[in-house]
Amino acid sequence: MTDFFLKRLSFNIVANDFTVAGKSSSAIKNFLKSMGLEASVVRRIAIISYEAEINIVIHSYGGKLHCDLYEDKITIISEDTGPGIANIDLALTEGYSTAPESVRELGFGAGMGLPNMKNYSDDFEIKSSSEGTFIKISVFV
Amino acid sequence: MIISEFAKQLNLNPLFESSKNINVEGVYIGDLLSIVMSKAKQNFVWITIQTHINIVAVAELLELSCIIVVENMEVELETVNKAKELDIPILKTNKSAYEVACMLHDSGIK
Ligand SMILES: Nc1ncnc2c1ncn2[C@@H]1O[C@H](COP(=O)(O)OP(=O)(O)O)[C@@H](O)[C@H]1O
Ligand SMILES: [Mg+2]
Repeated sequence: MTDFFLKRLSFNIVANDFTVAGKSSSAIKNFLKSMGLEASVVRRIAIISYEAEINIVIHSYGGKLHCDLYEDKITIISEDTGPGIANIDLALTEGYSTAPESVRELGFGAGMGLPNMKNYSDDFEIKSSSEGTFIKISVFV
Repeated sequence: MIISEFAKQLNLNPLFESSKNINVEGVYIGDLLSIVMSKAKQNFVWITIQTHINIVAVAELLELSCIIVVENMEVELETVNKAKELDIPILKTNKSAYEVACMLHDSGIK
């Protein structure tokens, strides 16, 4: 396994900006497609990065999304400053959401983001404190 | 099939003109974006009552063939503009999700 990524794409994600939410994930998807990666891998990364991006928009004060390309895997890193997640096990429960009603009306807040991220990954790591949240997810290629 | 032909056949109202050629391989009905993200697949038709601009991001990421907004929900102008920019057809109807699903089924999409 290689220790260093071959390429990194990085994006700033602004809190509460729903008009551009999904744009970074889309850029990641299109890049991976152009690299000729298998459609199923591209789909999994698209789902993972979208959910990570939306969570930064809804639940944090802002952060960054990185997509690292290794020889044998794609890694998505989501890091934000924000209130963090007090109970990670609870947050990983399907259907659990603290999203406000105003964003639920738009279709967000199904409480399936973290479970989706975990289910579609081969490796899932999450750390959170009252300062922010760090998530690292890999999909093997 | 050309999207305008598809729209005409099913009596749906396209929100902008497009000459896109779609290839429908399935249908998904849903209004919760995370669930749609995990269930809908490439070339699926997505039936929803959501109209917010983020539906375009979902359709773009999944490479859906088109979005059908049912129950005559008013689609925001910014959603239409974004969809036009990315050439993701949005079709509107006053019918219900169930009625549209039945029409799609009757038209040969199983
Ligand atoms: N980046 C984040 N910062 C703070 N809290 C988060 C973050 N991501 C997720 N959470 C918390 O975990 C819960 C579950 O997340 P998720 O499964 O994506 O569901 P949803 O986003 O639909 O609420 C959220 O409602 C929120 O309380
Ligand atoms: Mg979420």
